[in-house]
Amino acid sequence: MSGVVYTETVVHAAPEQFVADAPYQLAIISLDDGKRLTARIDGQRVAIGDPVEFVEDRSGISFFRKA
Amino acid sequence: MIGIGKTAFGAFADRDLRSLAVEAGEKCLADGHVSPSQVEAFYLGNFAGPSFVGQNHLAPYIAGAMGINGVACTRFEAACASSGSAFFHAVSAVSAGLYDVVLIDGVEKMTSQTTPKVTEILASAGDTCGEVRAGATFPALFAMIARRHMFQYGTTRQHLAAVAVKNHANGALNPQAHMRKVITMEQALNGKPISDPLTVYDCSLISDGAAAVLIAPLERASEFTDKPVKVLGIAQTSDHLALDEKEDITTLRAVVEAAKKAYKMAGVTASDIQFAEVHDCFTIAEILATEDLGFVKKGEGGPYALEGRTCLRGERPVNTSGGLKSKGHPVGATGTGQICDVVTQIRGDAGERQIARHSLGLAQNLGGSGATAVVTILGAA
Repeated sequence: MSGVVYTETVVHAAPEQFVADAPYQLAIISLDDGKRLTARIDGQRVAIGDPVEFVEDRSGISFFRKA
Repeated sequence: MIGIGKTAFGAFADRDLRSLAVEAGEKCLADGHVSPSQVEAFYLGNFAGPSFVGQNHLAPYIAGAMGINGVACTRFEAACASSGSAFFHAVSAVSAGLYDVVLIDGVEKMTSQTTPKVTEILASAGDTCGEVRAGATFPALFAMIARRHMFQYGTTRQHLAAVAVKNHANGALNPQAHMRKVITMEQALNGKPISDPLTVYDCSLISDGAAAVLIAPLERASEFTDKPVKVLGIAQTSDHLALDEKEDITTLRAVVEAAKKAYKMAGVTASDIQFAEVHDCFTIAEILATEDLGFVKKGEGGPYALEGRTCLRGERPVNTSGGLKSKGHPVGATGTGQICDVVTQIRGDAGERQIARHSLGLAQNLGGSGATAVVTILGAA
C-alpha cells in the first residue's frame, strides 16, 4: 500500500492516551486507489506531495514512511 | 430575538455547569421581561457535559433550577455547534407555530479537567474509528487544513497571526472575555507549538461559560422589548465527519451551503453583511470562514485579515467580541454566545467595541472539522 502526502502536521499537544508519543507526525495520505487515510509517519518527516509507503499497523494505527 | 443573557467566559473553579447555565438563562429572562412560567420550551446546547462533569439529562436539570417545569426541555449535541443547532431548531419550532416564547441556553464547563483530558474529550467529536484513533486532535485537524491552505493558496504564518492579534485586540475591549490581553504580531508568531503550523496563539481557549437567548414570533416581540432583533435567515447543514472524507479540506462545504441557504432566506448577499461573528476555533478557521461565507474569494482570506479589513474599524469587522480566540470557547455556549454578540452590536450596546454600521450581522457556528454548520443572519427589526 502506497500513496502521497495530501497534508500533514506534527502534533506537540497530544490527547491523554498519546502523551507519551508526542511529538508525532500525522498525515492524510492519498492512496494509490484514490481513497484517503489518516495515518502516522514513521522515521523521517514528510511534506505535502511526498510519496509514502505502508510500514505496519501498531495497535490499530497505520504507520507509513517516506518511499 | 427578545432577550439575551451571558455569563462571563473564563476559568471558574468555584462554578458548576448548572449555575453557569442558570445565570445566563435568568439574565436572559430578565432582559426579555419574561417569567419562567411563560417559557413554552427550553432548548439546551451542550457538547460534553457527561464527559466533562459526569452529568446527563441536562435540559430538565437546568430548566428546573430556573423554575421552568412541565414543558419540552431537550439537549442538542452537535460538537462546537451544539447551541447553534439548538437555536436553529428552536427558531424552526417557533416559525412552525408550535410555540411562541422559547428559551435557548448553551453551556460548557471544561476547566475542571486537565488539558490532555480536555483534548481527548474534544477529539471525540471527530471519527474515533479513524482519524482520532491515529492520534488526531482538533488542533491537528485544523493544522492539516492550514498546511493544505498554505500549499494551495500561499497562506502564511503572518496571515494566521493577524487573526489572533486582531481578535485579542477586540477581546481586550470586551468585559466578558476570557483573555483580555492585547498581543503583538511577534508574540503570535513565536508561540509554543501545539500542532504545526499552529501555535498556542492560533488556538481558542478552554473556557467555562453559558449564553442564552429568547425568541418569540415577530408580531409579539413588542410585548417584551423595544429593541427586537429579527432572525432574517438561518440554516443548518452537514458534511462528512472525518476530515479525510472531505474532498477539498480548504473549503468547508457545510459552511458554504448554510451561508447560501441563509442568504437566500434573508434575501441578501454576502456583500450586504456589515459584520460577523465567525467560528475561529483556530485562526485558520476564521480565514476559511471569511472565504466560505463569500466575503472574499477562496484563497484570499489570509491577506483579507492581514490588511486589517476585518478589524474593528475595517470595512467588515469580524469577531468584534474577541472571537473564540480571546472571548473564550466554552464549546456548548459558543453558538448562542455568538448570537448574543451580534444582537449586542445591532442594539448598539457594545460599548468600546461598538461599530458604526451595525444593522445587519451574521453568526457562523461550526461543529467538528465542518461536519455541522449553522449560519444565522440577524437584522434590526
